[in-house]
Amino acid sequence: MKILKLIFKNSLRHKLRSSLTILGIAIAVIAFGLLRTVVTAWYSQEKASSANRLIVRQAVSFIFPLPYSYLEKIERVPGVKEVTFANWFGGIYIDRSNFFARLGVDANTYFDVYNEYLVPKDELATFKKERNSCIIGIDIAKKYNLKIGDVMTLEGDIYPGSWEFVVRGIYKPKYSYTDATQMIFHWSYIDERMKQEMPGRAGDVGWYVVYIKNSSQAAAISKQIDDLFKNSPAETKTETESAFQQGFIQASGAIITSMNYMSFIIIGIIMLVLANTMIMAARERTREYAVFKTIGFSAKHIAGIIIGESLFISIIGGLLGLLLTYPLVAGFAQVIPKGMFPIFQVEPITVILAVSAVIIIGIAASIFPVYRTMRTKIVDGFRFVG
Amino acid sequence: MADIIQVKNVYKSYWRDSFETSVLHNISLDVKEGEFLALMGPSGSGKTTLLNLISGIDKPTKGEIYVNSTDISKLGESALAKWRSNNIGFVFQFYNLIPVLTAFENVELPLLLTKLTKAERRQHVEMALNIVGLGDRIEYYPKQLSGGQEQRVAIARAIVTDPIILVADEPTGDLDKNSADEILTLMDRLNKEFNKTIVMVTHDPNAAAKAHTIKHLEKGDLIRETA
Repeated sequence: MKILKLIFKNSLRHKLRSSLTILGIAIAVIAFGLLRTVVTAWYSQEKASSANRLIVRQAVSFIFPLPYSYLEKIERVPGVKEVTFANWFGGIYIDRSNFFARLGVDANTYFDVYNEYLVPKDELATFKKERNSCIIGIDIAKKYNLKIGDVMTLEGDIYPGSWEFVVRGIYKPKYSYTDATQMIFHWSYIDERMKQEMPGRAGDVGWYVVYIKNSSQAAAISKQIDDLFKNSPAETKTETESAFQQGFIQASGAIITSMNYMSFIIIGIIMLVLANTMIMAARERTREYAVFKTIGFSAKHIAGIIIGESLFISIIGGLLGLLLTYPLVAGFAQVIPKGMFPIFQVEPITVILAVSAVIIIGIAASIFPVYRTMRTKIVDGFRFVG
Repeated sequence: MADIIQVKNVYKSYWRDSFETSVLHNISLDVKEGEFLALMGPSGSGKTTLLNLISGIDKPTKGEIYVNSTDISKLGESALAKWRSNNIGFVFQFYNLIPVLTAFENVELPLLLTKLTKAERRQHVEMALNIVGLGDRIEYYPKQLSGGQEQRVAIARAIVTDPIILVADEPTGDLDKNSADEILTLMDRLNKEFNKTIVMVTHDPNAAAKAHTIKHLEKGDLIRETA
């Protein structure tokens, strides 16, 4: 008989109570896992950022466009390898709930700069040739059952009218955190129609994406670009792609912060649930611990028995919660609008945090019962009536 | 026979809130090796307190207690725990077995503190359970045993480390007459056959009759001794 066996048997002494505690911990870990997944999903775009990419946008606000004429000037800045641009199209595909990014881009350069979107060569070549073509992410293709040659019709809002695009390519993500939910088409196709229907909006691009040779020169190049357009009607603000994404995240900062706090409040709740169980268990066993002490078990041994039981319950609950988190997150990923969180999966950091939390909670929840048991004299332990 | 227990001018008092309650007053007694001593007296006379002091689970307020030449009143908590595991076997009124452990596992508990191998532990446990006549009940849980059998398992647990002294606090107090007789016979056998020094607290004159010496306490004083 080993102490571990005693810990195991003690844990199962009150099966209903232990089961409910384990279930409570599992549910809390699931809630923690889901909240953390939302938070990490929010930050996933920042993670997908390249250190070699700079974003050039209108200095006043991202929503104001930049002239197409800036392209050549930016290309000439020393240290710049390639420049592409994009424009937020918006629009509605089938109905408003089908949210995903729709971008008009420079078809010739966009996939060079965003080389994490893996497009077969022949599909990319066809896309470049056909002005009304588009390339879509594989997740979009799967969700709407789209294949090469299908036509996607968008109802424009920022760019009014009905817009038809022929699917000529489907890209796959290079990394697990690469967004596979974008629809990408020719900016020139949009601009051509603008010239005819709304000439005042022609020649505008949303933002430039600058691929630089050396990421350590990001700050200097950004300054050079911004200096080029100082005192112009459309001054620029150039920053790394990561900083650009952070700007978006900060706009939702209060929600993210509250979710972060909530996830850790849940950890506190788990601790209270487990601590309550451990306090009851230790109180009920006051006489038994007195017996252990009497026959020679030291304070260290008894602390080990109590902490071991607390850890056993918290780890079983934590593992159960983690195991259930995966299918639940996958289920949520299916029901939330595709594109709201392009990457919605349980990240390793969430697992590490959850496992660390249950271990810390297992130990923390046993501190009071251990302290109380240590303080109780043998003679008082035998007199105890629970 | 040499004195194995020497209690010298021991006082014991407890603080309850801000009140000091004196339990033992200037107690001195000697117990010889192999002796079977019974401590008798009315409730509150201090007999269990004296037993606790002799067995090292409580400390005197004043005075000295030598057991096997060691002044246990000077030992720290961890040293005292180790000393108890090596020298004392305990038998309680309510058996105090661990309900989730089998008879075998309960008896094995004190041996987990030793360096014995698993096989050696098994040998010791089986021997102890055979001595108390429960060799065929090793896989039984306490709730599957009668009160008398539970107490015999508790005695097996007390003797499994081969301590020099057995202390028993009302070992028959919770048992019917037949079971109590079995336990007393067993303790008598442990004293005579295995030369265990026994200090037993009891209210029961029949139980005390098994002892070589009976010391009577009243209101914290040793008032008389009968042989």
